[in-house]
Amino acid sequence: MDLISTLRVAFRALARNRLRSILTMLGIIIGVGAVIAMVGIGQGADQTIQKQLANLGSNMVFVSSGSRNLGGLRLGWGATKTLVTEDVAAMVKECPAVAAAAPGNQTTAQVVYENDNWGTRITGTTPAYFDIRAWPFQSGASFTQDDVTTAANVAVIGDTVRKNLFATTEPVGKTIRIGNLPFLVAGVLEAKGQSPAMSEDQDDNIVVPLTTLQKKITGQPWLRFVMVSAKSRSASYAAKEQIESLLRDRHRIRPGTDDDFTVRNLADMADLAKESSQVMTALLGTIAAISLLVGGVIIMNVMLVSVTERTREIGVRMAIGATEGDVQRQFLIEAVVMSLIGGGIGIVFGVGLAYAISVTVGWPILISPAAIAGAAAVAMAVGIFFGYYPAQKAAQLDPIEALRYE
Amino acid sequence: MSTQEPISVSLHDFGERMDGRDETVIQVQDIHKVYAMGETQVHALRGVSVEIKRGEFVAIMGASGSGKSTFMNILGCLDKPNSGRYLLEATDVAQLDKRTLAAIRNRKIGFVFQGFNLLARTTALENTELPTLYARIDKMERHRRALEALQMVGLAERTDHFPSQLSGGQQQRVAIARALVNQPSILLADEPTGNLDSRTSVELMEIFQSLNDRGLTIILVTHEHDIAQFAKRSIVFRDGKIRRDGGIINRSVAGEVLKTLPVLED
Repeated sequence: MDLISTLRVAFRALARNRLRSILTMLGIIIGVGAVIAMVGIGQGADQTIQKQLANLGSNMVFVSSGSRNLGGLRLGWGATKTLVTEDVAAMVKECPAVAAAAPGNQTTAQVVYENDNWGTRITGTTPAYFDIRAWPFQSGASFTQDDVTTAANVAVIGDTVRKNLFATTEPVGKTIRIGNLPFLVAGVLEAKGQSPAMSEDQDDNIVVPLTTLQKKITGQPWLRFVMVSAKSRSASYAAKEQIESLLRDRHRIRPGTDDDFTVRNLADMADLAKESSQVMTALLGTIAAISLLVGGVIIMNVMLVSVTERTREIGVRMAIGATEGDVQRQFLIEAVVMSLIGGGIGIVFGVGLAYAISVTVGWPILISPAAIAGAAAVAMAVGIFFGYYPAQKAAQLDPIEALRYE
Repeated sequence: MSTQEPISVSLHDFGERMDGRDETVIQVQDIHKVYAMGETQVHALRGVSVEIKRGEFVAIMGASGSGKSTFMNILGCLDKPNSGRYLLEATDVAQLDKRTLAAIRNRKIGFVFQGFNLLARTTALENTELPTLYARIDKMERHRRALEALQMVGLAERTDHFPSQLSGGQQQRVAIARALVNQPSILLADEPTGNLDSRTSVELMEIFQSLNDRGLTIILVTHEHDIAQFAKRSIVFRDGKIRRDGGIINRSVAGEVLKTLPVLED
C-alpha cells in the first residue's frame, strides 16, 4: 500500500477513538513541550551571556587575589596581600599570550560635588584598564601613565555617578571630593549596565590612578585584581595557564597547596553566569526525558490494545493481499502519526511554557527552528521506537487465527 | 424483471478467460495437513486430490472437523500443506514464501467470508478498493475498478454508504465486489450465507450464479444442502478425506427459487 493511503488509514483509525488518541499523546505533548521550553531557556541564556561577555571586554582574563586560610579561619577572596604590582609587570613581560594587563584595587567612599554627595566604588588602576574593558568615553579622556607615576588627583567617573552629581552641568574639568581629597574630573565613561557575573551596576564607579588609591585613600600597597587581555580569544586559555604558573612561581606556592589567587577567563565566567539557567534546564530536561519515556510506553500500550482489537481487520487485510510489511507499516505509521501530532501540540505548548517562564523569571527566550525540528525528530523517534513492537506483533499474526478471532 | 437484474449491466466479463475451456485452475495432489494440538496431533487432511477447471461452481460440504476449513485455507493460500502439491494456475503454491503468497491472495483469489468482514466507517467504495491498494494500482484505475465491481453486484447507487447503513445482504454484496475487484482466478466463499436470512441467501446465490455464468470459477463452502444445490458440483469431506465428488442433480436456479419465496416488505 502506498504512503498516502497508509496515512489516510492511520488518521481514520486515530479519529475513530479521538479521546483515546489525545490521552495517548499526553506524555509526548508534555515531553516535547519540556524539550522546547528547555532549549528555549538554554539558548536564550546563552545569547544573553554572550552579549554581556562581549560587553565585559575583549579576550578578557580576570585575576583576583585569593582566599586565605589563617589557622582554620578562611577569609573570602581579595583577602590575601600577595598580589602586587610587580606581578603585573611580570605577566606582560613573561606570558606570551598576554597583550596587556591593568592592576587594580577597590574601596568605597563618599563623593561630593557642590551640594550633592554620592556613595560609590572607587577603583584604582592604570589607563590600560579602559582599553582592556573596551570602555569608551562619552566626554573627556583617561588619566595618563604620568598621573599614575605621580599619584595625581585625577578621576574618571561612571555614568551613574555623573547622573547623581552632575545632573545638568558638564563634569569634565570640575573638581570633586573623594573623602577629603579634591580630584579633577578628566573624563566620563559611557554607560555599560549590569555586569554579567556579579550583577552590579558597572557605571556606579569612579576610576582613579592606582597609586593615588594606594597611597592617598586606602594605604594598601597590594592588589585586589588584575584585568588582563589575551592576544586573541583562543589565546585566553593559554593566558590563563601561563598566568597561573607564573603566579605560583612568584608566590612560591608548593605543589599540592592551594593558590592564593584565582584566574578566570571568559569561558569560566560564562559558566558561572550560566549556572542558574542550567539548574532550570536540567530540571526541564529530566521532566522531558521521563515524559517522553512514559509517553512512549503509553503509545506502545495503546497500540498493543489496538492490535488486539483489530485482529479481525488485520486478518481480512492479510487475506485480501496485505503482506506482513504492509501490516507492520500500517501500525508503525499510526504510532508515528500519533507521536508527531503529539509533538506538534507539544511544540505549541512548549513555546507557551517558555514564554510564561520568561515573563515570570525574567529570562530571555530564544526558540530556534533547529530546536523545533529537533523536537519533532525526537517525537518521531519515540513513535518509531515504541510503535515497532506492536507493529511487529500485528505483522506476525496468523491470518487464519486472526480471521477466526471474535 | 429488469429492475430485479442489475447484474445484466455488468461491464465485466470473465468469459474472456475461457479461451481454453478445459483449463485447470486448481490441481491438488495428495495433500496432507497435520496440526499439533498440544500433545496430540490432529490429522486434518489425509491425502486429498482434486481438480477444478475454469468456470466451475463447486460446493464444498462436510461437518465441522471434516477438514473442509483446512482445505479451504490451503486453497486460499492462507495455509500450506505438510505434503502434496497444490497447483494454482500451474504454479506450485505449496513452495512459495509468505510475501509471494500474499501477492497471490491479492491477485488470484477473492475471499468472501461469513461475517462480511468489511472495515467499519469506511464507505462501500473504499472497502471495495482495498485489494487494489495492496496491488499498488494507481488511483484512477482503483476507482474505476471498484465502481465496476460494485455495479456488478448491483450496488452502484450505494458507493458512499458505510457498512452500518447497509443491510446484511448489501454488506455481503460489497464483500463480493471487494473479492472481484482484482479480477481473481477463483472466488472462495466461506459460508457466505451463514449470517443471512433465506431470501437474502437466495438473492446472493443469484449473484453467484450470474458471475459463474460469466465464467468466474467459484468455490463455496457451506453446510446447508439447499445452498449447495445452487452449485454445479459438490465435494463432501469426512475425516480429512473426500467422501463424495460429483455433479449436482436437480440444480436450483436462483432466479426461479426467488419467485417462489414471499417478498418481505420493509
